[in-house]
Amino acid sequence: MTLKALFAASATAALLLALPANAGQLTIGFSQIGSESGWRAAETSVSKQEASKRQVNLKIADAQQKQENQIKAIRSFIAQNVDAIFLAPVVSTGWDSVLKEAKEAKIPVVLLDRDIDPSGKELYLTAVTSDSVHEGEVAGDWLAKTVGTKPCNIVELQGTVGASVATNRKKGFDTAVAKHANLKVVRSQTGDFTRAKGKEVMESFIKAEGGGKNICAVYAHNDDMMVGAIQAMKEAGLKPGKDILTVSIDAVPDIFKAMVAGEANATVELTPNMAGPALDAVAAFKDKGTVPPKWIQTESKLYTAADDPQKIYDSKKGLGY
Amino acid sequence: MTALLPRRGLAQILALIVILAVDRVVSPQFFDLRLQDGRLFGSLIDVLNRGTPVALLSLGMVLVIATRGIDLSVGAVMAICGAIAASLADTHGLPVVLAAALGAGLVCGLWNGFLVAVLGMQPIVATLILMVAGRGIAQLITEGRIVTFSSPDLVWLGNGSVLGLPVPVVIALGMLILTGAVVRGSALGLLIEATGGNARASELAGVGTRAMIIAVYVWCGVCAALAGVIAAADIMGADANNAGLWLELDAILAVVIGGTSLFGGRFSLVLAVLGALIIQTMNTGILLSGYPPEFNLLVKAGVVLAVLLLQSPKLSGFAGIATRLRGTKA
Repeated sequence: MTLKALFAASATAALLLALPANAGQLTIGFSQIGSESGWRAAETSVSKQEASKRQVNLKIADAQQKQENQIKAIRSFIAQNVDAIFLAPVVSTGWDSVLKEAKEAKIPVVLLDRDIDPSGKELYLTAVTSDSVHEGEVAGDWLAKTVGTKPCNIVELQGTVGASVATNRKKGFDTAVAKHANLKVVRSQTGDFTRAKGKEVMESFIKAEGGGKNICAVYAHNDDMMVGAIQAMKEAGLKPGKDILTVSIDAVPDIFKAMVAGEANATVELTPNMAGPALDAVAAFKDKGTVPPKWIQTESKLYTAADDPQKIYDSKKGLGY
Repeated sequence: MTALLPRRGLAQILALIVILAVDRVVSPQFFDLRLQDGRLFGSLIDVLNRGTPVALLSLGMVLVIATRGIDLSVGAVMAICGAIAASLADTHGLPVVLAAALGAGLVCGLWNGFLVAVLGMQPIVATLILMVAGRGIAQLITEGRIVTFSSPDLVWLGNGSVLGLPVPVVIALGMLILTGAVVRGSALGLLIEATGGNARASELAGVGTRAMIIAVYVWCGVCAALAGVIAAADIMGADANNAGLWLELDAILAVVIGGTSLFGGRFSLVLAVLGALIIQTMNTGILLSGYPPEFNLLVKAGVVLAVLLLQSPKLSGFAGIATRLRGTKA
């Protein structure tokens, strides 16, 4: 008898505790691409953190890099009548019909990290992405400021040929560097965004430029290629970070490890926190009906050795990069 | 005359010399060598070092192709074995790490061999299964991250040196000698060629074709495992998404450049490795040339076409007539 009473009491208590949280709690479905890269894994874990910080119930569906899985996930989110849908589109086209279904169900869709084609249409509420041209500019501006008026020969490790991120990061960097006559990109070759190719290409740059003596700085379109390039410089008897300046993009944990060791100089962050601004936009839209701009640009923050790289490394290490 | 210039291999050696000469033109310091921290340093060493993974793959691939098979899974096997090595490296000694990685390669080879020899699947389909699934397995092992390690023993496998030569090059050379000794020092090579030439006839003649086929896939798996360990050791990390990506195609190309027919039968280990070196000499040359990367694949395709034309039966037919003419004069 007493046991039953205890049960009843605890059940009521649980209900009471749960109620206030449930009342205004948003449920959001997130169709994530899959585990294509460390950055993607970090984005997933940061999204979870940001959702729990705001007491949002975030349902993540892993699409394993397949558009049909994403479309299925979006349809199931619509069937569950979620409050909003986050979509990190694996490809840019072919979303019209499923996004129309979401629109008819009056569920706002927010794009994360990548835009779709045609962009800026009324099919989605807003897109939270980084401006990769701007990322390249930040990298170029840092280099120009650091080098000053000295002449500087730059070698560039490009991303995969034809990838829009690579094209944009090159464009931004070129724009920034073109403003300074003393800066010159002397060699530019693709390292396919990978460590192994970054290392191989840097090895050839070093040989082609007098054992590395003619190189003043390396710019890599991502940190992974830079990690490979740093190894190549060390094996050639050069001191990366001192003999040759380094600047790359992404801000993955391993580049901070290199920064702690004094072997890397700067990195521009592609923040894994796309969900934070998206959640805020959805909350404002739901509460006050504020319509966000079609594009929310995330910050491209520059990190150097002055930013306590050890601390950043520790904070980023557990995110799944 | 024929003793000095073997008919087989002439085209490959010629191609290598021509590409080396072109490299010298686009990069005047191509043949410069110096010692850096007790290790030879120069573009030639880069060619050997960077060519090692494909050379190792081609050693296994050439045997598989000789049995009229093909192994599309070697790139994925590289990723699996590199991932295993990297995740064990900081907690276990080198013997355990190597045994686990090579063991995994052996199991992958057994699987392929089982599908082809026992279940009778078409090799291209059978190995396609592991090519697709294998990368997934590797991603499961690394949880989609780049698993880094600092174990000096494993790093030495990728970046160390023996008598000035990079360790990977020494390993590849060792594997070439070992494979050569096993298949050419015994009748094994002949039995493999017989299996590829005509499996049914060989079976009737008493050749254990099923065992031969399983054995070559296992060897191919082990070679791929070694290549995977070296690739991981080189960058001090296992990158499951990219390690060995598309290298199966380079390995097949190396074998074909080495003059081994995709229809099985006669094969040459040395020429397959030479094929791998030709590919890498060209790749390094492209990197040194300073041309925009948009041209990389175009140049590569052009060179491969030229090398294969050099070997085409029609063209060597002309060469044959020329030799015969010279022979009658003498």
